[in-house]
Amino acid sequence: MSREFKPCVNIDRCKGCGICVDVCPVKIFKISISPNSRGYYYTTIVGSGCVGCRLCEYMCPDFAVYVVEDSL
Amino acid sequence: MRDHFAAKYLRVELLPTSFCPGCGNGIVMNAFLKAVEELGYEDLKEFVFVSGIGCSSWIPNPYFKADSIHTLHGRAIPVALGLKLSRPELNVVVIAGDGDIASIGLEHLIHAARRNADLLVLMVNNMIYGMTGGQQAPTTPLGFETSTTPYGNIEKPLDACALVATAGANYSARWTVAHFHRLKESIKKAMGKRGFRFIEAVSPCTSHVVRRLKIPVSTYIKQLREGSVLVGAEEGMGKIVIGEYADRDEEGFIERMYKYINRLRG
Amino acid sequence: MRMLISGNIACAEGALKAGCRFYAGYPITPSSEIMEYMALKLPKLGGIFFQAEDEIAAINAIIGASWGGLKSMTATSGPGFSLMQEGLGYAVMTETPLVVIDVMRVGPATGQATKSAQGDLMQARWGRHGDQQLVVLAPSSPQECLDLTVKAFNISEELRVPVVVLSDEIIGHMRETVEIPEYVEIVNRRIAEDLSMPPFHSDNPREAPPMPILGRGLNIMVTGSTHDGWGLRDTRGFETHFKLVRRLVDKIKLNAEKVFEYEKYNTENGTVGFVSFGSVARSVKGAIKILRGKGIEAAYVNLKTLWPIVDDPIIEMAERVKAIIVPEMNMGQLVWDVERVVGDRCIVVPLNKVGGGEPIYPSEIASKALEVIK
Repeated sequence: MSREFKPCVNIDRCKGCGICVDVCPVKIFKISISPNSRGYYYTTIVGSGCVGCRLCEYMCPDFAVYVVEDSL
Repeated sequence: MRDHFAAKYLRVELLPTSFCPGCGNGIVMNAFLKAVEELGYEDLKEFVFVSGIGCSSWIPNPYFKADSIHTLHGRAIPVALGLKLSRPELNVVVIAGDGDIASIGLEHLIHAARRNADLLVLMVNNMIYGMTGGQQAPTTPLGFETSTTPYGNIEKPLDACALVATAGANYSARWTVAHFHRLKESIKKAMGKRGFRFIEAVSPCTSHVVRRLKIPVSTYIKQLREGSVLVGAEEGMGKIVIGEYADRDEEGFIERMYKYINRLRG
Repeated sequence: MRMLISGNIACAEGALKAGCRFYAGYPITPSSEIMEYMALKLPKLGGIFFQAEDEIAAINAIIGASWGGLKSMTATSGPGFSLMQEGLGYAVMTETPLVVIDVMRVGPATGQATKSAQGDLMQARWGRHGDQQLVVLAPSSPQECLDLTVKAFNISEELRVPVVVLSDEIIGHMRETVEIPEYVEIVNRRIAEDLSMPPFHSDNPREAPPMPILGRGLNIMVTGSTHDGWGLRDTRGFETHFKLVRRLVDKIKLNAEKVFEYEKYNTENGTVGFVSFGSVARSVKGAIKILRGKGIEAAYVNLKTLWPIVDDPIIEMAERVKAIIVPEMNMGQLVWDVERVVGDRCIVVPLNKVGGGEPIYPSEIASKALEVIK
């Protein structure tokens, strides 16, 4: 059974601090070029191959990034 | 659709928090709430949080979906002590900043540690007074520029963990937000102990510390992990010492108080 | 049961009778006996006592214990009372019931630690920053120390407000026969079992909202910041703050008639009148006798509540007498109230004497009266 991990971003909560971009070991995140409704340049998912380490989820100070597991 | 693991413990309708982008408060919240989750708590019903004044004091009030008392600057510990004495079955946790706990509230910190009062104190140390605009704190490194030390801090910082350990607390430890796992495990360990448990979490203040260093907050956090932070001017700052300063299992104040009362009631 | 006890001990006995089961304090002359008595008695009743590291810790600890559900108290004197002001303001803002006894001594600063005075009157009423009101009671005998401390707890529980009992060293240390009743009428705070109603708002401005209990999963937010009825902090809005502070102030003002206690004598007949409180009220009674001996009818109003005040008894006296003399062991504080209330009705004359704990003697008060009505 393989485990599939899907990173998610709650755009409205993101403040664009960039911590997730830095901590992700497979470089999945990148800051967007357009701002959210509060004017923050939020993080977006540009890569694939999330390993489910959840460093983004633990290190996000705004509970905006988290990982959902879809077990196959 | 699932939400962030912490969401079930938070008043999500109040998000995003008032904290600055990259503020370490949110990371400390994650560490605490992950510890709580791993210990098996589905909610924060058994806890009462007491906080003071400052950015990190806003962690439990209003963001935690729990009972919280947001007290005066420096006075979270005595309020928590009074509450715990009157309601020993409650899990009383103090969350406040370095200015609140180790400056104006230092007297209360020392005596609570001396008494080995059964409280868990989580001191979020950003080494500055953040909420009021970036003034010097007793934890500000030597040489650092703040709004009240504009030419460099000429005071040596306080090692609150050492002080608490010397005063007699059962547990005293320091971690940084870059040591997420260790911080979380330390919180879990502390929750299982009696007596006074003090955990200092070194944390970035984006607006007043990180900004002055002109680096992104993710770099600052990397530097916390690597054990040093750039300061500039004079002696600069040495390594941040992390780890456990004290790990004892002596009788706590609550236990001793209730034994005393029960003995006298006859 | 009748006992010969001091005012300080009577305060402590009153507290225990009223149901006080938590005391945190700091030693300060001339109040320390209250703390020592509580240290002796509380544990035997299953209550909690500890000596705090300073007065600030004491007031904050009793706030915590009150939110834990216990009737809590501390005792102090001027310097400690000054340190407690922020905490008292917090208790007013969060509507936390508690009792603080201030056994007044000569100030300012260290002053004369062992000597009586009455200089904390204005501070007891107004010592906190911002708009706040609380209740101040003033005993003038050891019996009143007991009775008014019981009343203090009852008022604090009913109105969810801190109550200050303003004693002084003379009353605190003097010994008189005190009737310690077997049972006293006790008022307990109304408890909110759930959050169906906001814990920090009441549609009836005279009533305090029921107080929720922590640790029941109600997710209560208590804060010293301006907050709405649910305890959620609002540090921006005009309406939230004005509504809150209006209610906190009205809660005391509108209960003035209910709370106000005083003693009056001969206010329909006197030629000269006195307004006083605390130990000075005792001397006033002596002065009345001296003046009667000289054929002069004198009247007095002895205030047992220093805030909130109902003006009527003073006005009633002012309409009869030629002059009202206000003897106080300070440089003039109560006299301002009397001047304000009396207006043009008669002249108001202060009699100020403070230092060395020397009481204002009945003869001095009588002489002043004779001098004034000439």
